[in-house]
Amino acid sequence: MKFKTFFWFVAPSVFMMLLFIAAPLISVFIQSFQITQPVMQQIEVETCTPGFLTQTCVTETKTVPVINEETGRTETTTAWVGFQSYQNVLQMDKFWSAIGSGNWGEILQIDFWKALRFTLMFTLVTLPLVIGVGLMIALAVNNAAKSLRGPVIFVSLLPFIITPVIGSLSIYWLFVGDGILTATLERWTGQDIAMFAQAWTIELLMYFYRVWHVAPFAFVIFYAGLQTVNMDTLESAIIDGASRFERLRYVIVPHLMPLIIFIALIHLMDCYRVFDEIIGFRSQAHVISLQWLTFDFLTPDDAGNRAISRAAASAMLTMVGIVILLILPLRRTWRDHKGGAH
Amino acid sequence: MSKATAQPLSLKLASGAFLAFWCLIAAFPIAWIAVMSVKSPRDAFDASAWNVITGPATRAAGNGLSFLDILLGLIVLYFAIRWAFTKLPRLVEQFSPPGFIVLGWLVGAAVYGLLFVLIFFGALPVIFGALNSIAGPLGTPILGLTTEHYVAVWGENQFYRNFMNSMIVTAGVVTVSLTVGTLAGYGLARSGSNLAFWLLIIALVFRALPHSVLVAGYLPWFINSAEILRPILGDLAPTLYGQPLAIIAVLVAINQPFTIWMLRSFFQNIPAELDEAARVDGCSHFQAFRRVIMPVMWPGVITTGLFSFLLGYNDFLVTALLLDAQNQTMVPAIAGYFNRETTTTDQVEAVAAAVSITAPLFLLVMVFQRQIVSGLTAGAVKG
Repeated sequence: MKFKTFFWFVAPSVFMMLLFIAAPLISVFIQSFQITQPVMQQIEVETCTPGFLTQTCVTETKTVPVINEETGRTETTTAWVGFQSYQNVLQMDKFWSAIGSGNWGEILQIDFWKALRFTLMFTLVTLPLVIGVGLMIALAVNNAAKSLRGPVIFVSLLPFIITPVIGSLSIYWLFVGDGILTATLERWTGQDIAMFAQAWTIELLMYFYRVWHVAPFAFVIFYAGLQTVNMDTLESAIIDGASRFERLRYVIVPHLMPLIIFIALIHLMDCYRVFDEIIGFRSQAHVISLQWLTFDFLTPDDAGNRAISRAAASAMLTMVGIVILLILPLRRTWRDHKGGAH
Repeated sequence: MSKATAQPLSLKLASGAFLAFWCLIAAFPIAWIAVMSVKSPRDAFDASAWNVITGPATRAAGNGLSFLDILLGLIVLYFAIRWAFTKLPRLVEQFSPPGFIVLGWLVGAAVYGLLFVLIFFGALPVIFGALNSIAGPLGTPILGLTTEHYVAVWGENQFYRNFMNSMIVTAGVVTVSLTVGTLAGYGLARSGSNLAFWLLIIALVFRALPHSVLVAGYLPWFINSAEILRPILGDLAPTLYGQPLAIIAVLVAINQPFTIWMLRSFFQNIPAELDEAARVDGCSHFQAFRRVIMPVMWPGVITTGLFSFLLGYNDFLVTALLLDAQNQTMVPAIAGYFNRETTTTDQVEAVAAAVSITAPLFLLVMVFQRQIVSGLTAGAVKG
């Protein structure tokens, strides 16, 4: 295909990606070094309250935003502030003082580090679980009678297809207050259980939700992979006296290895932007993630202001994280590509 | 299967039990909120599972199904579903103009859904009410069931507005991202150049970007867009913030990396000899694409479209930040429910809204199960 034809085929798509992905990235990068504030002015206001004989008048200076008379909006100025927004997000002074005093736990009081800890741990804990559970379901379905497979796949797809916010809400409602499962647990243990009162139980539920949500994806892919396992290799393994587990370990898993890597890569990307769980479980008081942190900065506060520059700084930091996580897999792809070209 | 690979009974049992357990876990939360949504608040949050299922308080309030209702209802349901799988496809094929089969299906599904709701919630209760009064013991309610929360959500709370917004956004996302993505996917599949490879890698990196990063970039521009665009467009300059059309553009762009990867792998499966033959016969690349590739690409396009649909439909983050309260889609609207969820009635209404959002997805899996599975595996197996 000539370059010109290729160009016209991909142009609309590339244009959209440039306009709506690349350009915002640059914009975020610039914003993270800027801060936009309303212009304030000090005016003297005389307030009078009725008093006996004379009014009591107090003159005070107030700081109020300047309002543009033509547009009726507050005027704003934009100033370059260097790394100040990053500093506001990272709070390095508190970070170092926590390390200096030896109270490592205090680091996790700072929003950003708290979010980072949860995001990374969430990604790393759910990854092996998703792959393990997915593989187990795939093996079990492969074992089941043919007529059962269709319905099982149908039921398995439900957690995968459901809106993430709704999915986490549906689990939230099972456990909230005296929800049906909390009540059952209480009856078994004889203790009063509140699943949403402390961070670690919420985190457990989040891990559970994510595995529930993503394992079907892993299952479907592994199941497709299992259909192409080489039967001859499997039979020669049996002749060599390999046990069932050894066959799984040395024949099936190596065969599925590319798929495992694929799932791990996708899972890494998706888990790193964990967000909907925080909304569904309403856990912002206890557990937050990096993406939620940016979302929170972008949501207008009670006065209607959005912390755009802090949001930009935390967005840039989030992006740096995903780039670091992706460097290894991408280098691998690059090497494969170069290897494939020769 | 040879004797050596035959499995001992214990292994078979264990594998079967595990599978049953998984199916239970997979379906339980969804099934449970569906049950909760049709009970009165007291029953829905009852500590005893049996009370939630049978709903004594709901029944006491006069909303219940008798044995006769359940039996007849299930029979009607069975025939309704059977009809959908046997007669409906034929009707759709008969009435949709050639080349517009997808559109025909959309219309068919919408009409079917409407009829279903009308019969089940309009006609059947009247008929059953009459039957119950003459059926004696079989006609006394045994199972509490009420649709009041759905009526409240869709009627009083005007959830249909959010539904319409969701439909506009989703339909826009699917059409635009498929049109743009199909061209790009085809171009990428047929070009082995380094540029194509780099485009794909950059798309992969873009796919990994958290959406909040992008929204942080849009927000200031969208809010001030009227002033920024005024020198160019004059007084017509729109404020993009709160516009469903702007959301469509944003979601299409976010979805583009995934779409082109997926469509590329589908196009690679279509033999290149096909368009080469067309080229030999004197077609340009675009003509070859239109006359030879387009007729055979639909399975891949439908599958990719399903995933675009899911992205547009399921999105919370982008729509919550870039749409205002008047134009909200369904998923962010539900967040509004639990912000004011103070009484248990509000909670059950939120549950009913959640089930309403899930129902279309449920139908989607039912109809397109095979396409979803093939779509999931297409990306993985081809790499």
